[in-house]
Amino acid sequence: MRYGSAPRLKRDLTALGIVAAAYLAATTLVTNSYYQLIMTLVPIWAVFGVSWNILSGYGGQLSFGHAAFFGIGAYTVTLALVYWNLTPWLGIPLGMIVAAVAAVLIGIPTFRLRGHYFALSMLAYPLAILYFLQYFGFQEMSLPMHRENPVAFLEFTEPRWYTVVAVGVLAVGLFFSMLIENSRFGLALLAVRQNELAAEAAGINSRLWKMRALVVSGMIAAAAGGFYACVLLVVTPESVFGMLVSAQAVVVTLFGGVAAIWGPVIGAAILVPLAESLNAELGNILPGIQGVVYGVAIIAIMLASPDGLFWTLRDRFFKPKPFAPLPHDLPAPAAIAPADAGKPLLQVAGLSRSFGGLRAVNDVTFEVKSGEILGIIGPNGAGKTTLFNLLNGVLSADTGTATLAGRSMLGQKVHQVCRMGVGRTFQVVRSFPRLPLLDNVIVGAYGAGLSDSDAIAAAAHALRRVGMADLAGVAAGQLTNKQLRLMELARALAGNPRILLLDETLAGLGREECDDVLSVLERLRTEGMTVVIIEHTMHAMMRIADRFLVLDHGRVLATGLPRDVVEDRTVIEAYLGKKWLAKQDA
Amino acid sequence: MRGGTGKPVDLEVLIENVLNAVAAGLTIGCIYGLMCIGLGLIFGIMRIVNFAQGELLMLGMFTSLYLVTGGGVLAFLGPYIGPFVGALLAGPIIFAGGALLHKFLIARVSGLRTTGTLDEGHFGQLIVTLGISLILQNGGLIVFGSTPMTVRTPLSSKALEIGPLYGDATVFLNKARLIACGVAIVTAVVLYLLLEYTRLGKSLRAAADNPTAATYMGINVDKAYRVAFGLGSAITAIAGGLMATYLSFGPFVGIDYVIIMYSGVVLGGMGSILGAFWGGLTVGFVQQCSALFLPPQLQNAAIFVVFLMIVLLRPQGLFGRSAERA
Repeated sequence: MRYGSAPRLKRDLTALGIVAAAYLAATTLVTNSYYQLIMTLVPIWAVFGVSWNILSGYGGQLSFGHAAFFGIGAYTVTLALVYWNLTPWLGIPLGMIVAAVAAVLIGIPTFRLRGHYFALSMLAYPLAILYFLQYFGFQEMSLPMHRENPVAFLEFTEPRWYTVVAVGVLAVGLFFSMLIENSRFGLALLAVRQNELAAEAAGINSRLWKMRALVVSGMIAAAAGGFYACVLLVVTPESVFGMLVSAQAVVVTLFGGVAAIWGPVIGAAILVPLAESLNAELGNILPGIQGVVYGVAIIAIMLASPDGLFWTLRDRFFKPKPFAPLPHDLPAPAAIAPADAGKPLLQVAGLSRSFGGLRAVNDVTFEVKSGEILGIIGPNGAGKTTLFNLLNGVLSADTGTATLAGRSMLGQKVHQVCRMGVGRTFQVVRSFPRLPLLDNVIVGAYGAGLSDSDAIAAAAHALRRVGMADLAGVAAGQLTNKQLRLMELARALAGNPRILLLDETLAGLGREECDDVLSVLERLRTEGMTVVIIEHTMHAMMRIADRFLVLDHGRVLATGLPRDVVEDRTVIEAYLGKKWLAKQDA
Repeated sequence: MRGGTGKPVDLEVLIENVLNAVAAGLTIGCIYGLMCIGLGLIFGIMRIVNFAQGELLMLGMFTSLYLVTGGGVLAFLGPYIGPFVGALLAGPIIFAGGALLHKFLIARVSGLRTTGTLDEGHFGQLIVTLGISLILQNGGLIVFGSTPMTVRTPLSSKALEIGPLYGDATVFLNKARLIACGVAIVTAVVLYLLLEYTRLGKSLRAAADNPTAATYMGINVDKAYRVAFGLGSAITAIAGGLMATYLSFGPFVGIDYVIIMYSGVVLGGMGSILGAFWGGLTVGFVQQCSALFLPPQLQNAAIFVVFLMIVLLRPQGLFGRSAERA
């Protein structure tokens, strides 16, 4: 569990108990059978929203095809009951298993895609299944009744029992959602959503977490769909695989609150009764009113409060409780003993990479000794960031070798390189604005594969190293630019790296802020950390770097002590041009 | 030669089926090509993920229907010319609708506002256009009803016969489709010339390619976006109007075609108008040829499978370079 999650979990579980009890109490007062049906549908669509929220809300992998899993649940229950006489009590779990298999089969190819390509492809799955079902003649299936022993087949004469089961399913779904939010699972998903590359560089295996999210999400959706079939007693491909079903999950979650436990519940509680009663009152004259209401609702919510009702209300009316201060007795994590200072740690030889005809990195050779700070300078487009991307596995090299303490870094995935002991920061800082600083840093510790308690200790230690331990409980959205830079540094340190690759850490900082960050880096060096830093600010580089590596047009132009390098004629030429040099000589 | 063995007759039937599938694929493909150009402008060039493009197609169909049939203003043109003029006139009408849609909704989640934000605002675009799509589909159900409609023209039951080419094998070209195909090609060529050679076209392409730079060059990017979005809507709507002459349609027809359009645009390569046309033509061709061995219910499923194959295997398109960067 994440640090400080116990009180939050307790609070959410209490709320769940109260809401469920109140809802069930309200059910006893409703006598109209149509309203009883609506009372049953609200939790079902809420569960479906909860499932979508795990993949698309926390994980940011927008799925427009969640009806695939909902429909698989519904059809598995129906077909198992019709052909094998299998009770839905077992049919629903069976549907969840089928959905889990489907999730893996869908995930393997589809997670190769990102962004809108992923969203569009997910749309195609339920529609393709829909056409196949129509072709194989499963247009309209009704669930056979079992009069002799109805309860054993999840059939009730008293409609309120359906509501009870629905609330039970919702409670289980919410419980899993809470577990995910409060564990490394949720944090990994948030990191992937924020910036997949940065998450990978922090050691998170994004593909694996996304796949886990899809499987869990698909199973919960299938449970919702399976029970939906039991309530309605008739399923058609359109009613469980259709576009409006997928939209339902998106709509209730977005409306209620993305990446919030209670978001789908709030959304379903407001929108489902609204749409259903409009449908009942006006359905005859205005047959599509439900879809219109949903369409208006998501457009309005997207323009007015893009994160949903929950977050807007919370930001406006509820100040988050102050964060429990960091305990001071946390054991310092066992540091990797710094390799003997002065011995080569990172060795790069003949590294090249071309994009079409452009040689972005061309036969680059250098080494970094343990405990030194190597500054990489060069004009824009010299290949500095590309070099980092080659070293930490974002790009693959055409030729050449790169080894860290004798082990090859090339050919590994980004998160694997991180686990070898390479920490990296990026030009653009991405934080989780609503999460406290400590959680932002813990991502790096989880990435290194630490257990919960070790991760908290490592993150706290990293915050102390950059001098921000006092701010551990502050939401990242309230930090200054300098503090965000230091936060990123702490995130990289939390994984206990042997070497740090820093990409323009000082960009956009004022002189004094710059000095603060530099003193942190100097302190790290005295602690034996090895650093490679890309930076344009010359005075900062002169102060901090032990040696310079100058790149121009992908080639190494010069290496050596800072003083020698800045006097080098070829370097001056690369920066200031031949004319300037000639004038200088004259 | 043609004795009682029966075998040559089967061959004739086979050849006739193949030739007709090819002919249908080419004519329908050209109309798909036009339809894809519309999305190509919006998705391929402006990078707006428009989920409601299928509904613009549907609106084009209904606009043409109401212009032409019953007491429509174009009823005087008669059933031969009317439907095609109606399809073309749906263009300007949907252009206005598309421009308004962009001004009031799409502009808030695209363009300069979202440049550089988390995933360039695609989340917002997908959601807002999904909302528009839901409103138009279901609003269409309220306004137009669910009875399948078609813009009736006697041409759709007449065919141009070519052949017999081999034995009795004859190619039948549906006249409505043939004319629709011709109109589609002409429209596509006119649009291409407009975009390539006029000042308007150049400013549209500049604004779409790099909005920030275009602003510095004095181009009114907001207006250019609005016009481009309107144009993309209009082109798809014209294609819809043309399809309405040989196809029965309802308010939910868009969902089948939105996938076809995205397949075509992705296949043709993002950002290329000509590519979008070729992509659409290819998809239409594949769809019609799949009719040779697939039952009708599975033809749409086949399109989805083809779409998945395209995005998975060649997201950079058959005719284009990759536009996506890590």
